[in-house]
Amino acid sequence: MSWLAICPLEDIPPLGARVVAGPNGDIAVFRTADDRVFALRDQCPHKGGPLSQGIVHGERVTCPLHNWVIDLPSGEATGADSGCTHAFPIRVTDGQVWLDLSGAAGDSADNSGAAPAACREAG
Amino acid sequence: MDTANEKPRLVLIGNGMAGMRTVEELLKLKPDMYDITVFGAEPWGNYNRIMLSPVLASEKTVDEIMLNDDAWYAERGITLHKGKRIERIDRVNRRVIAEDGTEAPYDRLLLATGSDPVMIPVPGHELEGVVAFRDIHDVDAMLGASRAHQHAVVIGGGLLGLEAANGLMRQGMEVTVVHLMDHLMERQLDAEAAGMLRGSLEERGMRFRMAHQTEAILGEDRVTGVRFTDGSEVAADLVVMAVGIRPNTALAASAGLHCERGVVVNDTMQTYDPSIYAVGECVQHRGATYGLVAPLWEQAKVCANHLAEYGIGRYEGSMTSTKLKVTGIDLFSAGDFTGDETTEDLVFKDAARGVYKRLVLKDNRIQGAVLYGDTLDGSWYFQLMRDGTPVADIRENLLFGQAHIGDSGHGDEASRVAAMPDEAEICGCNGVCKGEIVQAISAHKLFTLEDVRAHTKASNSCGSCTGLVESVLATTLGGDYSDAPAKKPVCACTDHSHDEVRAAIARDGLKTMDAVFEALDWKTPNGCHVCRPALNYYLLAAWPKDYQDDAQSRFINERAHGNIQKDGTYSVVPRIWGGVTTPAELRAIAEVAERYQVPTVKFTGGQRIDLLGVKKVDLPAMWRDLGDAGFVSGHAYGKALRTVKTCVGSEWCRFGTQDSTGLGIQLERMTWGSWTPHKFKMAVSGCPRNCAEATIKDLGVVCVDSGYELHVGGNGGVKVRATDFLCKVETEAEVLEYAGAFMQFYREDARYLERTAPWIERVGLTRVKERLVDDAENRAALYARFLESQEVAQVDPWAERAAGHAAHEFIPITPVDAAPRQGVSA
Ligand code: SRM
Ligand SMILES: Cc1cc2nc3c(=O)[nH]c(=O)nc-3n(C[C@H](O)[C@H](O)[C@H](O)COP(=O)(O)OP(=O)(O)OC[C@H]3O[C@@H](n4cnc5c(N)ncnc54)[C@H](O)[C@@H]3O)c2cc1C
Ligand code: SF4
Ligand code: FES
Repeated sequence: MSWLAICPLEDIPPLGARVVAGPNGDIAVFRTADDRVFALRDQCPHKGGPLSQGIVHGERVTCPLHNWVIDLPSGEATGADSGCTHAFPIRVTDGQVWLDLSGAAGDSADNSGAAPAACREAG
Repeated sequence: MDTANEKPRLVLIGNGMAGMRTVEELLKLKPDMYDITVFGAEPWGNYNRIMLSPVLASEKTVDEIMLNDDAWYAERGITLHKGKRIERIDRVNRRVIAEDGTEAPYDRLLLATGSDPVMIPVPGHELEGVVAFRDIHDVDAMLGASRAHQHAVVIGGGLLGLEAANGLMRQGMEVTVVHLMDHLMERQLDAEAAGMLRGSLEERGMRFRMAHQTEAILGEDRVTGVRFTDGSEVAADLVVMAVGIRPNTALAASAGLHCERGVVVNDTMQTYDPSIYAVGECVQHRGATYGLVAPLWEQAKVCANHLAEYGIGRYEGSMTSTKLKVTGIDLFSAGDFTGDETTEDLVFKDAARGVYKRLVLKDNRIQGAVLYGDTLDGSWYFQLMRDGTPVADIRENLLFGQAHIGDSGHGDEASRVAAMPDEAEICGCNGVCKGEIVQAISAHKLFTLEDVRAHTKASNSCGSCTGLVESVLATTLGGDYSDAPAKKPVCACTDHSHDEVRAAIARDGLKTMDAVFEALDWKTPNGCHVCRPALNYYLLAAWPKDYQDDAQSRFINERAHGNIQKDGTYSVVPRIWGGVTTPAELRAIAEVAERYQVPTVKFTGGQRIDLLGVKKVDLPAMWRDLGDAGFVSGHAYGKALRTVKTCVGSEWCRFGTQDSTGLGIQLERMTWGSWTPHKFKMAVSGCPRNCAEATIKDLGVVCVDSGYELHVGGNGGVKVRATDFLCKVETEAEVLEYAGAFMQFYREDARYLERTAPWIERVGLTRVKERLVDDAENRAALYARFLESQEVAQVDPWAERAAGHAAHEFIPITPVDAAPRQGVSA
């Protein structure tokens, strides 16, 4: 794993998101009401809508294009929809947000993160 | 308590529709809360009792009507005891005991024992060949008899009796229906409709003995005939008793629970023993018992909520409607149609087409409806009835149906649905065809519009096909389809309706979103994408100066002040007052478009210029440049004042009567920046030729020689609706006052996402006129409130953001590969 410092927690609005430009495309970094953070590939499993622009509620985000509701920890669509977007390991220490992009960059794929195997990108 | 099993135990008695629906609702809320055990006297899993009629008529098979099979119970860890009737409830030791001795302890008990068919105790009622019509067993008995015998008598000319008679006739039997009264279904139909119904059933070969009372059922071992009190007789090899149902209270009563006609429950579906709940036909709630499924759905929801210990829902009783499930006969009835001197009748009859409609009005509202032959508008009348919508304004067209009420876009679609082929497209936005919807309804046992939306996406986008989807649902489910409950909650996060939430915000002085969540027991910690924007709007409308707008509760368009496009770029529409511009403005727009390499520049349907395909990072700078040239946001993205369209008017046009352009600009200057429940559009036309299309706007002004005609409640779009004429005024100042007052009334009264057209159809034009036209003082007060809230609303959001506000929204975090910081080891 290689953790990269992204930004201080307060740079992400509560119940909001920021976009991080990753090596293979944008990554959406979300913050819940109780200050937990999650990172997903900024692409809805439906038609690629930018999830970072959605409304965050509980541990979920609603895609702005057609209202699919995506589970933040797993990147999976909820309800009757099915599909999944990649979830990246992310954490906060001392008010600083750290992101691990090793899964996305294509080097050492470390499966210890939160995302279920089905959602992981192949290299 | 068993230490290996620490969950509280829930026992359900009665594996029928209400009980299992409650369990399903409970599993949705708290799947792991209880250890659940179900006892059912019948030897099957849970099935759809309503569909027994189609099974009897060979339109469906028993397999098709099963709702939950053994595997379903097993997968959810529910213990199912099929074919075990509970004989005793031991409330002291909290356990139930079945006939065969099986016992189960409970912490909570749910009674859903349904009802028993009434068997008239005439001599011979116990003979072989005398059956009721209640369960699969009865249907098997009838089908068996129909194969071996010829003559059937159905006692009871109500809903069930007629469905039984129809089914038996379809099985080739000769059927006589015996009825005590002189007209059929007297509790649901008036004499006229009942006569037509009888006529068409007779045409199919059904026979009737009206006003006949059964004295005895004849026969030695097996039934051979029926004798009536007038001495006449009729031959019968099968007698079906369908004279009514009686709530099954025996078990509850023997356990000492308070029962009257049914097991008495309070608004939380709790019996007199706080650990015992009851739902379905066996209960009596506020003095009423029910024999249809729609009320059971509502009861199940409330009961599940309390079992899950959320403790918020309340059941407040139901209004029911009836449909007859005899293929080829359309019949609908709802409410009270026994008119008296305080009521009025609206009647439509076309005997040749076999159509009869009667609406009973009281105090200008629908109190009862009977439809025969053409039931398309049944659910619409039912809705109007439940909402208590005043109908004076639509009275003259009411009987012709919803398609004739100021709505040229929808036509007569529902009737087309049944005839549509499977591959016909129903939802144009999501490309869903009829076959897919029918398939999903059967495969997933869907009952409601919401379910169909979730599973198929049909009508999930623009919503214009909602009516079609409802029709598909209705035709697929037959009589099983029950439309929305009396009260629609805002979303799944709450049981409160829009109106209740709004009232609470004002009444209890709730000024933050958290205060609303707290005071109204929201079920989710911070709502969802449906309720948060609505709450944000209600708070803003109630406290324009105190409430702090919550960006995270706004849809991205309103948060980023541009319309998001399919590729994640945005559009920029500067405000062009009244659609009038100058060469200098056009030049400025052209320069901005070039500077930011805007791929598409387009004139919009609203007389503005749209710059499409702008990258989000570029928005603030682009707005700054536009701002320097004098532009503000056009709010093309908001539930807000959009545009005021104008025509050239008296300044140039040879027909113009007034300065429509100038007036439009004044209106736009007064109203821009205001937030509304849905988008709000205006137009001013200089003469009745109406080139600005003022009569399909939320508020339209049509200038005439002597002044200004004001029109309200129109829109183009999905469901075109022409405006209603509000009134005529003489001066521009009056136009401004009426416009401001109208907008304010709409803002304070309409539900979030309800445009003026549906709002006016719901509350009635008369109400709008009363508040706005007849009551000058109220009009002035509304206008004053409008102007007051505009004081803080007319701040250009683009200028704010160009100056750095909410910068995080537009600037991505520095690319990590461009500026990697030192990693830490995990
Ligand atoms: C840009 C424009 C089309 C154009 O290129 O001409 C347009 C574009 C959109 N319209 Fe429209 N409408 C546009 C004029 C109209 C008009 C004509 C008019 O305003 O006179 C109508 C019919 C009049 C009316 O509103 O009653 C119209 C009826 C709709 C409707 C249906 C409204 C209804 O009540 O049924 C929707 C859907 C909605 O709002 O829920 C809609 C929704 C939309 C949305 C916002 C769909 C969306 O959510 O993305 C489109 C945004 C595109 C974008 O990103 O810019 N648009 N739309 C027009 C912008 C007008 C403007 O200058 O601001
Ligand atoms: C033929 C027919 C057609 C109908 N058509 C319509 C229609 O078109 N529209 C409509 O809205 N409604 C219709 N209904 C009514 C609808 O089916 C009922 O309102 C609904 O089924 C009632 O649900 P319930 O759970 O209260 O009772 P039920 O579904 O009857 O379930 C009660 C269950 O409890 C079991 N039980 C009773 N006592 C015990 C005990 N001591 N131990 C264990 N189990 C026990 C019973 O065996 C039964 O299975 C129809 C009913 C019938 C019979
Ligand atoms: S601009 Fe309007 S009509 Fe055109 S595709 Fe978008 S929503 Fe539909
Ligand atoms: S792209 Fe996300 S819901 Fe369609």
